[in-house]
Amino acid sequence: MAFDENDNKLWLSGNEAIALGAWEAGVQVASGYPGTPSTEIMGNLVKYEGVYGEWAPNEKVGLEVAIGASFAGVRAFATMKHVGVNVAADPLFTASYTGGRGGLVVLTADDPQMHSSQNEQDNRNYAFAAKLPMLEPSDPAEAKAMMQTAFELSERFDCPVLFRTTTRIAHVKGVVEKGERVPTESASMEKMPAKFVMLPGNARLRRAEIEKRMAATRELAEKLPENRIEQGNGPRGFICAGTSYNYVKEAFPEAPVLKLGMVWPLPEGMIRDFAATVEELIVVEELDPFLETHIKAMGIDCHGKDLIPDQGELNSFLVRKAVDPDSVGELFAPLDLPMRPPNMCAGCPHRGIFYNLSKMKDVFVSGDIGCYTLGFLPPLSAMDSCVCMGASVTVAHGMSKALGEEGTGKVVAVLGDSTFMHSGMTGLLNAVYNESNATVIILDNRTTAMTGHQNNPASGKNIKGEPAHAVNLEKLCEAIGVPRVRVVNPHEITQTQKVLKEEIASPDPSVVISRAPCVLLPEMVKAKKPVYFTNLENCSGCMACVRLGCPAISWHPLTPEQAVERGYTKKQKGYAEIAEVQCNGCGQCAELCKFDAISKRGEN
Amino acid sequence: MKQSGNILFSGVGGQGILLASELTAYAQLEAGFDVKKSEVHGMAQRGGSVEAHLRYGERVYSPLIDPGTADILVAFEILEAARYLPYLHKDSAVVVNTQKILPPAVALGKMTYPDTILDELTDRGINVVAIDAFAVAGEVGELRTANVAMVGAMSNFLAASPQTFLDVIDEKVKPAFREVNKQAFEAGRKLVYN
Repeated sequence: MAFDENDNKLWLSGNEAIALGAWEAGVQVASGYPGTPSTEIMGNLVKYEGVYGEWAPNEKVGLEVAIGASFAGVRAFATMKHVGVNVAADPLFTASYTGGRGGLVVLTADDPQMHSSQNEQDNRNYAFAAKLPMLEPSDPAEAKAMMQTAFELSERFDCPVLFRTTTRIAHVKGVVEKGERVPTESASMEKMPAKFVMLPGNARLRRAEIEKRMAATRELAEKLPENRIEQGNGPRGFICAGTSYNYVKEAFPEAPVLKLGMVWPLPEGMIRDFAATVEELIVVEELDPFLETHIKAMGIDCHGKDLIPDQGELNSFLVRKAVDPDSVGELFAPLDLPMRPPNMCAGCPHRGIFYNLSKMKDVFVSGDIGCYTLGFLPPLSAMDSCVCMGASVTVAHGMSKALGEEGTGKVVAVLGDSTFMHSGMTGLLNAVYNESNATVIILDNRTTAMTGHQNNPASGKNIKGEPAHAVNLEKLCEAIGVPRVRVVNPHEITQTQKVLKEEIASPDPSVVISRAPCVLLPEMVKAKKPVYFTNLENCSGCMACVRLGCPAISWHPLTPEQAVERGYTKKQKGYAEIAEVQCNGCGQCAELCKFDAISKRGEN
Repeated sequence: MKQSGNILFSGVGGQGILLASELTAYAQLEAGFDVKKSEVHGMAQRGGSVEAHLRYGERVYSPLIDPGTADILVAFEILEAARYLPYLHKDSAVVVNTQKILPPAVALGKMTYPDTILDELTDRGINVVAIDAFAVAGEVGELRTANVAMVGAMSNFLAASPQTFLDVIDEKVKPAFREVNKQAFEAGRKLVYN
């Protein structure tokens, strides 16, 4: 059978193809922080021989690790999602000055449409701002091949190369051809202070090098095979890159196309020549008018965002409709249906915390990025802000300072263990140093759950699942100087409520560590707990369990007649029932039930 | 034989849509097509609506199915069939599992589950094949094969031979679950024209 490991052709996602491409390109050190849609690259890359890969606590750390490896003369790779580049921007902009020794590629996985992100920033702008070349593939096969090009360019021009994907590259599967790994260099130490020590005197000299390098890269862009003109017919010509190329090819299969594999710097001569051959030039790109702006700056007239949507993802239908509104037919109108937003899983430990917070109506809950951001959704509706990784702690502190004594007992920060490691720690340091009265709740579920269970410095395991040092969160908080550190089991709702109330009321900075493993961790699934069931005859219809918002619990409304038929009083409006196949045995609902209507299987 | 087509998979996170779409993709690759498939991971997987787009043909560029162009919709839940109506055209075939999974607003008693929602599809002339994939899976003795029973039912609308699908199951499914999945596939396949 084809497409198995013995075949040269493989069926891979973009992320799997990029991991393979990085391995074939001879990458020896890679570091990243999980973030959709980039996560699977690192997970796949560490499966190959001859690559050291790690999860870093954040993207800045990951990029700096890769810079160090490049300084030691080996090919190095850093992966992150689009907003991760904001975190890593500090080393990125100066690595543009230093360059390296081994090739250095920095991957940014953008998320147009915000499938799993808080914004849809267009990271092509980083290539312009940091003065770095950027490649952008259109499908998994191209993504694999372009990794090789990226490392070659990085070494040839002595600079990091940015590699941009989007969700429709990263999480698209396609046919990819396997290749061989290039011979790798041995690491070595070489002191090059004029290049690696960015004091003003050195940096000014490197600054001039950047301009020389960009001029050389611009020249190369004219000949790079990844930039190509596909001949066609008709008065319209399209310029596009990335996944937008696919949509143009489907919407206007006959039209001439200038496909850009390198989106920065741009091949001005090629664009000018192409523009001269068509009557109407249309730039098709998702998000910002990046290509359009720079093409117009060349003095070339083109269409772009006057036609093409500037928000969300495109597809070939949208491209066709934007360019040729009359060519698209009528669609069936959508039906008005109940929405199905994502939800915290049955048995999720976060639910116990947000249930308690939902009862504290005058408390402001400063949230963060992770599965627990779903605590925002009804029925719990217990999150009042969420900005970026780590901002829960700092936003809470800022609010508490603005509110002064008024704020005591009213401001809470909530973040996960991985997010705390990422950038919550420094905020906590500040909160203690500057005498915050906010309470910080660390939801320690022993993993980075949202992105699919990646280990972190608190998990006790490394990226390969091998034993690693686990930071002790209590001791870490104490070392930072937090005067009050408490640990709760969030499944024990009443006890957790007591501790939360005490700590939130305290005028000192305090930390509550809510500790219970994610129910989807393999070890938790294996050790499946006894599930709970409803003693329907005891259910009073009070809805206490329903208000947890657990997906295993459903409310069944009853008419007075139906209620009587079931043996309830005619006033009872319905009953709640647990779907045992969905239950993960956390027991939160049983603790809330005051009518003995919820019991554990295997107990009387 | 149809030279290109679009198959949309929809359902609720955790229903096995990924495996169903993978098996179908491999069968289409075996049949000699170029195939692209698009999924969404991360936040979207936490019990929310999920979808996978599969496109096949001589050369496939776009990994996304355009609205109005899904030839087959394989829906693992009734509401998640109705939700994708704008993707369908009048000649679409819809294979839908009759399972109901209550969305949060319904489970909380704030909204009701629209009971006759599939009529909205048939009223528009769309060919709807409703099957109880759990009953099929129950008959073969493994409830977790409901997704493969769905693939079996759907396979009637594709040119790839049943044997191709069975070979793919042999190749891609863990040994312990191979036989039961092959049975689920065959039982699902038989359902459509019985």
